Amino acid sequence: MHTSDHRPGAQIQGSAVFPHRHLTGISGLQPHEIMFLLDEAEQWVEANRSRAKSDKRLEGLTQINAFFENSTRTLLSFEIAGKRLGADVVNMHAAQSSVKKGETLIDTAVTLNAMRADVIVIRHASSGAVRLIADKVDCPVLNAGDGWHEHPTQALLDALTIRRRRGSVAGQRVVICGDILHSRVARSNILALTALAAEVRVVAPSTLMPPAMDRMFVTPFTDFDAALEGADVVMMLRVQNERMAGGYIPSTREFHMRYGLTPERLARAKPDALVMHPGPMNRGVEIDSIVADHPERSAITEQVEMGVAVRMACLDVLTRRSRGVEGWA
Amino acid sequence: MSSILFRNAKLVCPEGGISDGDLLVQGDTIAAVGTVDAPADAEVVDVAGKMLAPALIDLGVFAVDKGACRFGGIARVGLMPDQSPVLDDPGIVRRAAVSGKPQLWVHPLAAATRGLKGEDLAEIAINASAGARAIATGRRWIANTGTMRKALLYARDLNLTVVAHAEDGGLADGTVATAGETAARLGLPSAPSIAEPLAIARDLMLAEETGAKLHFRQVTTAAGFDLIRAAKRRGVQVTCGITPAHLLLSDIAISDFRTFARLSPPLRDESDRQASLAAVADGTIDVIASGHDPRGPEAKRLPFADAEPGMAGAETLLALSLTLVRDEKLSLDRLFALLAANPAKILGLESGALKPGLPADLIVLDPETPWVIDARKMNARAGNTPFDRLPTQGRVLQLYKGGALV
Repeated sequence: MHTSDHRPGAQIQGSAVFPHRHLTGISGLQPHEIMFLLDEAEQWVEANRSRAKSDKRLEGLTQINAFFENSTRTLLSFEIAGKRLGADVVNMHAAQSSVKKGETLIDTAVTLNAMRADVIVIRHASSGAVRLIADKVDCPVLNAGDGWHEHPTQALLDALTIRRRRGSVAGQRVVICGDILHSRVARSNILALTALAAEVRVVAPSTLMPPAMDRMFVTPFTDFDAALEGADVVMMLRVQNERMAGGYIPSTREFHMRYGLTPERLARAKPDALVMHPGPMNRGVEIDSIVADHPERSAITEQVEMGVAVRMACLDVLTRRSRGVEGWA
Repeated sequence: MSSILFRNAKLVCPEGGISDGDLLVQGDTIAAVGTVDAPADAEVVDVAGKMLAPALIDLGVFAVDKGACRFGGIARVGLMPDQSPVLDDPGIVRRAAVSGKPQLWVHPLAAATRGLKGEDLAEIAINASAGARAIATGRRWIANTGTMRKALLYARDLNLTVVAHAEDGGLADGTVATAGETAARLGLPSAPSIAEPLAIARDLMLAEETGAKLHFRQVTTAAGFDLIRAAKRRGVQVTCGITPAHLLLSDIAISDFRTFARLSPPLRDESDRQASLAAVADGTIDVIASGHDPRGPEAKRLPFADAEPGMAGAETLLALSLTLVRDEKLSLDRLFALLAANPAKILGLESGALKPGLPADLIVLDPETPWVIDARKMNARAGNTPFDRLPTQGRVLQLYKGGALV
């Protein structure tokens, strides 16, 4: 396996390395701040591969995972990340909460704050909801996905995966294909990858392409085959069934015909191009099993592994202020 | 009969222009303007060179908000039918019409269709006899073309203007922003700005064919202004309005998910904003209105797409509009045509100018007084202004409604 030649922690200088209280998005992060988080994550990749995975640095701190939208993988990933750092992790599911009883988001935020959480991880179905909560609480807030807006830890874990597998993010031609319009994963990845100087191509039928993509410094394509030429990384997005109901695409089989990642299509990319998917996959729709399970090309399980490491790094960095540790501002 | 003599005023009249002089009020009516023979017992108000202008007529507010109107120099409002209950019944219309007494005239705009559902015509004539001055489609466009045509035909028979909302529902429903870079970055559901000219094009054709009077409450796009400009040239009886927010802000104002800038129609891009400034200057825009819609935290302190649209605009309407005069987009007397005389015409009111025989709805104005808009200290029922902390100029010193100091 290819690993980067970084030295964990080497860049920590005083308190100016990560001057953000919250992580609500990639937007607003400087390239060196993104690199700092990736560097911080590297140590946890190695630690997570050892038998004894526990660290005590968040001991005594309470981490609340407030998930207003269903999630299995991301929630699990944040829970494992918190526990491996020694935090007391509590999960709040919207289905079990008073949100369903009409309590406003602000009231919920104030309640969580009153319980003296030390870090809150939030997923919500509305764009901007995490920012709204972050303004109302005293502890760091981590965005685990808000509407169509951002999913910053996903972009960080994708960047880490690319960096480890390809040596660098800079200069890589990354093709992101699928429902760009409704995808927070796409938005955060566009921001992170362009900040790290990758060449990003986004591919979707025009019904699923947001306007003004050129203003985000990416090249939009409707033709997947054309976009794949010379690609270093092919990142597929999940097609959600409600998009069919919304009339954005006629059917899953038509989507597969135009945008499914088949072995034939993948052959247009570089011979060693990496295949990525944030999961959960619709096998046979946006990605064929033979591609998804390709032992050398697919980085999909590695993405999941990097997810835990990146989230450990984010939890560590964001709680440094309250723990009195350097590496924040 | 009591008399008030306003002396040493700078008279600002949309019809008579700007001049130095006096103005005499007798009872509730303007008796004389210019060089005035005042009765000996007249109460004298020395305006000391400040401006005396018609009080504002705010066409298309969503709430009767006396505090905000008093601060903003508004003596009359056209109240949108989107109330609870909807203004589609004579009892409700009659109650709305007296709801501003004594200090504010409320002119209800009755619902064009029952419950504003866009299906069956409301009892338009009965509601007019109960005090409605026009009919309106409400916050939404009437999707069914046949229904809209019937509403226009029926309103024409009664010589009432139809006040329409110009957003094609098929494109705009469920969206909260104008398609563009800002909406794309924020991940917000957005509609292309052509949702507006699409709706305008249809309704203009219907107005032209039926001969009805049509007023688009808010037009905000270059393509929309082009259609209206051309229709006016053909003699279509169409007028249109805009808010200061759409003249002074672009959709960049919604960055950071600022729900106070969530409006309907949504803020547009900079080129459309420039087109609206040009449309004010060339006379395509007839009315500047506040769109006053005070909304508390329960409607605004929410994720952007879940928040209600609307802004508290009544008390900032005049000060923000004066920006256009300072920027030489239009003259002061023309501004008062947009803020008073034209809304009066659309509502069929004899008002909005400094002319003998008209109601003495007046403001004394210092257009230079500086102040800072502060969302936390507004006179409106809620402080949801997109102009929070903006320094501005122009303050109403006194408001008279029917010759009485409000």
